[in-house]
Order: sequence, then structure tokens, then C-alpha cells
Amino acid sequence: MAKLHFSLVAPERELFSADVDQVDAPGAEGDFGVLPNHAPFMTTLREGRVTVRDGSSVRLFDIQGGFADVGPDGFTILAEHAVEAA
Amino acid sequence: MASLKEMRNRISSVKATQKITKAMQMVAAAKLRRSQDAAEAARPYARRLASVIANLAAGVSGDGAPALLAGTGRDDRHLIVVAAADRGLAGGFTSSIVRAARERIDTLVREGKDVKIVCVGKKTTAQLRRLYSDRIVENFDLSAYRQFTLSVAQPIADVVTKLYEAGDVDVVTLFYSRFKSVVQQIPTALQLIPATVESGASAEGASAVYEYEPSEEAILETLLPRNLTVQILSALLDNMAGFYASQMTAMDNATRNAGDMIKRYTLEYNRSRQAQITKELIEIISGAEAV
Repeated sequence: MAKLHFSLVAPERELFSADVDQVDAPGAEGDFGVLPNHAPFMTTLREGRVTVRDGSSVRLFDIQGGFADVGPDGFTILAEHAVEAA
Repeated sequence: MASLKEMRNRISSVKATQKITKAMQMVAAAKLRRSQDAAEAARPYARRLASVIANLAAGVSGDGAPALLAGTGRDDRHLIVVAAADRGLAGGFTSSIVRAARERIDTLVREGKDVKIVCVGKKTTAQLRRLYSDRIVENFDLSAYRQFTLSVAQPIADVVTKLYEAGDVDVVTLFYSRFKSVVQQIPTALQLIPATVESGASAEGASAVYEYEPSEEAILETLLPRNLTVQILSALLDNMAGFYASQMTAMDNATRNAGDMIKRYTLEYNRSRQAQITKELIEIISGAEAV
């Protein structure tokens, strides 16, 4: 099955970059999920939680505002501020 | 000729100085590594943001473009942001940035443009105040920050945006030192407003199929101010790495010079000590012969 290349980048550093199955993010106009081969899409983000699923593993990140870019070569979140949630 | 005691004092004072410069060199080397990592780590964000904006800018045309991107259509009033060091003892680090900025400022003034200056860094302010005290509108002292984050760059970006939105300036240029390598830092001028967009043919093709939420313009409207801050932040981070690199080099030179000085003084000291002993011996011997 195709994988989605996801990277989460904060101004200070890159927090996450790998191939995953699904990413859910808090869009400014509503939460959305991204699967592999998603159509190109851009949106601003609000404060909330990003869920990254790969197989059975789940990783959570709390972000404060930012910007999401789903392109042909993957999904990138440019967060204003981001930390991994416990 | 200096007395032996004077020479001994001289040697020990140079030795003490050498110890200090050597310690400073090592501290700078450690800090250089850390700040280099910080500058590296911040790059992906800046790069992606720039490419996203390039994508968007290709789609937003003419009149609809936000003011930060399109500019005011004039270039009569310039704002020069000069970012250099807060501390000294780093060779010509601040001077080389200030020199580059001065050339630009003088050229603009000669062309009859209005020039305002924002200084970032205590040493920058000190150097520029002598020449252009009436043009400086704001200065920032960042010596209290040990690490640069977005919150450090934000106030600088705010001042720039405020001046721009108030219609006081048309073009904003940032001067900083690009960190190319430990031995090479290049004073660089970066135009902040109107935003410089890297143009690529591939960008236009890609933007056509994108879906935007909310609209393209609204996204660009929020991204451009952030890009401004991020550009300032990466300039600050580059500066910090460059500062420590040039401090390390400067202190390395100072340590070596001190070593040379110690060698020279010690040689001189031993020579005159020997000469004195010989002289005393001759006096004793000739005294004994006379008896």
C-alpha cells in the first residue's frame, strides 16, 4: 500500500519526517485527515492536535497555528509552535 | 632597556592574557557548534515556507497581491535593517556587515532617497550611531538572549511591518552575515519587502491544481508576515554562528600572537640576564685581580 510522506516542521527544527499511513490535522475551517495520494490542498491551521498513524503506532503532536501543504510529494505542516504530546 | 623585573612582569601579564584568549577561543568553539546546529535545524522551515510562498505567489496575480508581496510601487523611502553582533572581540565581524550596509546607505542617500535604519545588536548600534544617528529609528539589544527563537525575531518584524503599513517606507532590506563556513561569512543584503520570491517554472504548473482553504489570498496574507519573521530569525541564527566562528578565529590569532610575544620577551629576558651575570663576574674577577 502506498505511504504518505509526512513532515512536521517548526521554526526551530524539524520534529517529524517519515512515511506514514494517515495524518489528521486541525484545519482552520475544520479538522481533516490526509491519506496517501491525497489531492493537492493547502490550508491554514488552528491550535490543536496532529495525529500521525503508521500501522499500529500513533504519535501525537500539539501545534499552535501554522500551515498545511498537501502536495504530490507529501504532506508538510509548518507549525508556528509544536511539541510532541505525551 | 627595561629592568629584569619589568620584563618578568611583562612576560607574566602576556601569559595571563594568553590564558584568557585561549579560554575564550574554546568557549567560542563550543558555542559555534551549538549555534551552527541551531542554524541548520531552522533551515527546513524557512526553505519550505519560501517554496510554498513561491507556489502561491505564482497563482496570485497583479492587483490582488498583498502589499507585502507587491510593494508600494515606489522605491523612494528605504528602511535598512542592519543585524550584527551584540558583543565584541570577534575580529571584523560587525565591521564587515556595517561596511556593506554603509555602502548601500551612502549610495541611496546620494541618489536622494530617504533612508531609515533599524539596528539589531549592541555593537551595530554603537558603530552606526556615530555616522547616522539621525536616521536610526529603532535599535535592538539581543545580548540577553542566549538562544534565538521566533519570539526574538518577532519584535523586529513588528517594527518593520508597522513602518511599512504606516506608509513610511517602500523598500526594506536586511543586512546580515550569511554563514557559509567557519572561515567564510559573507555580508549579505536580503530584500524583505517587497518579498523576493524564488521563481520556478515548475511552481506555476503545480499551483493550478491546488485547492485552498480559505482562499489563496487569505493564506498568502497570513504567510507573508510569518515569512518576514522567519527570514529575520534565520538571519539572526546565521549571524550567531558567524559571530562565534569569527570570534574563534580572532581568539585563535590572539593566542598565537601572545605565544610569539612570550617567546620574544623570554629570549630578550634571558639575554639580558646572562649579560648581567657576565658583567657581575667580570667585576668580581677584576676586583680580585686588583687586590
